[in-house]
Amino acid sequence: MQHVKANDGVSLPAALDVAGVKHSYGQKQVLSDISFSIAPQRFTVLLGLNGAGKTTLFSLITHLYSTRYGTIRIFGHDVGREPGEALRRLGIVFQARTLDLDLSVYQNLSYHASLHGIGRREALTRITALLDQIDMSDRLYDKARSLSGGQMRRIEIVRALLHRPPLLLLDEATVGLDIQSRAEILATIRKLVVTDGISVFWATHLIDEVEETDHVIILDKGRVLADGRVDDVVRSCGASNIREAFGTLSGVASVPASGERR
Amino acid sequence: MTLQSATAPVSAGAAMERGFGTRQYLVCLRGILVREGLRFLNQRERFISSLVRPLLWLFVFAAGFRQVLGVSIIPPYKTYVLYEVYITPGLCGMILLFSGMQSSLSMVYDREMGNMRTLLVSPFPRWFLLVSKLLAGVTVSILQVYAFLAIAWFWGVKPPWTGYLMVLPALFLSGMMLCSLGMLLSSMIKQLENFAGIMNFVIFPMYFASPALYPLWRIQESSPLLYKICLANPFTYAVELIRFALYGQVDWGSLMLVVAFTILFLGGAILAYDPSTGLLGRKQDTGGNA
Repeated sequence: MQHVKANDGVSLPAALDVAGVKHSYGQKQVLSDISFSIAPQRFTVLLGLNGAGKTTLFSLITHLYSTRYGTIRIFGHDVGREPGEALRRLGIVFQARTLDLDLSVYQNLSYHASLHGIGRREALTRITALLDQIDMSDRLYDKARSLSGGQMRRIEIVRALLHRPPLLLLDEATVGLDIQSRAEILATIRKLVVTDGISVFWATHLIDEVEETDHVIILDKGRVLADGRVDDVVRSCGASNIREAFGTLSGVASVPASGERR
Repeated sequence: MTLQSATAPVSAGAAMERGFGTRQYLVCLRGILVREGLRFLNQRERFISSLVRPLLWLFVFAAGFRQVLGVSIIPPYKTYVLYEVYITPGLCGMILLFSGMQSSLSMVYDREMGNMRTLLVSPFPRWFLLVSKLLAGVTVSILQVYAFLAIAWFWGVKPPWTGYLMVLPALFLSGMMLCSLGMLLSSMIKQLENFAGIMNFVIFPMYFASPALYPLWRIQESSPLLYKICLANPFTYAVELIRFALYGQVDWGSLMLVVAFTILFLGGAILAYDPSTGLLGRKQDTGGNA
């Protein structure tokens, strides 16, 4: 089992340990021998253009798909062998919106709480406390359909935190949001790492969401091209910033902030 | 926007307790049942259409064909019965059949829209989640059947009061069988549009090639081949089980076959939705880019 040092220097099992993972849809190989580890209590970015294999990797980590080649461990628990133990340590925000639009915010959140065995009273306490913090407690009984895109995303983040997971996975969480909502959500998630000691695995194709102190894993065409601190990756490529480094590694001449391949 | 731990700081994951207790399983089951109930209440047109369909058959079809399709004395009936009375158990089965398929339709929809993912990434065992989802679907269909039976009572279809109680386990078992079949089929469907094929190739053939509308002996007389098809049709046994139960009797042969088909379909559905054995992940799913 991979052990890594957390922010406070204590040796802990890796929050996420991916070793030799491959995946294909029929004949089409979408992930080739993926290996990396995420330290606990850190913000790690999975950076890759559209179609790089990020969502497939997330589907394997969340046990939606079976890992046929390689192993994935969450805090030492093998996702294939102990899916229950692995999944209860995981909070997930999917790329696609997954709120039930016909149900209220409370009904959506309490449904999720029950899927983690959290009783009604405890769920309500957690829900109201978390909604208070994002100034959305007045929307508790509103239909999810009535929320804006940014508000829905915030509710999905609250939902992912309800069962107090030590590892939070977010798949393109800011896609489709305005600049202000994007910045707010990103800042919130970064703060969680510092205040709550949550480990965050943030998948994005938006290079401007990466900071110099982040750990970054660059994924391109199903392969890991780089894995390390952003400044180390930039230095090892002889580049001046992460955008340039990404361009050099992936062979893409110019990488826009939107992350589309040109 | 600020989110700090609402309650306690999150540990690094090592200190979390392992497994779930019985109470937590019940909390999860309750949550799934409540959600299915809320969805049903939010879709009133679904409830109305589920009643309109069998009522049309009862009020229009049965009335029109009463003279043409007279029914002789066959068990469990002790006397000649009106055609409306004969087709009522089949119409109860029809509600369960459509409802079972409707609930799988909602699973395909949920999978496409992403809601299914929230269920499948729960840490509870996958089989438990699917069985809970089935129980929720069956509970909703049984409520629809009782609403139909209440209206049919005013139309002169009056089985004995014990029948209303005895039919409950028959409806439950038949509902489980048909919902399991729907769930198994839903695992094989990638897109919602393909579900129309299920209507044409599964629901209608199952309904018409059964004793729901005519007794098996009549079918045997008119077409031995269709009779054999009826015997191979699981829906046949669901209808007969309901028919006998509604008149306070147990058709043991049908009971055993319905249980056997339920185990078969449910086992297949659990395997199909298990990531290590099923179809999910072999085909590209929606909800992301790659």
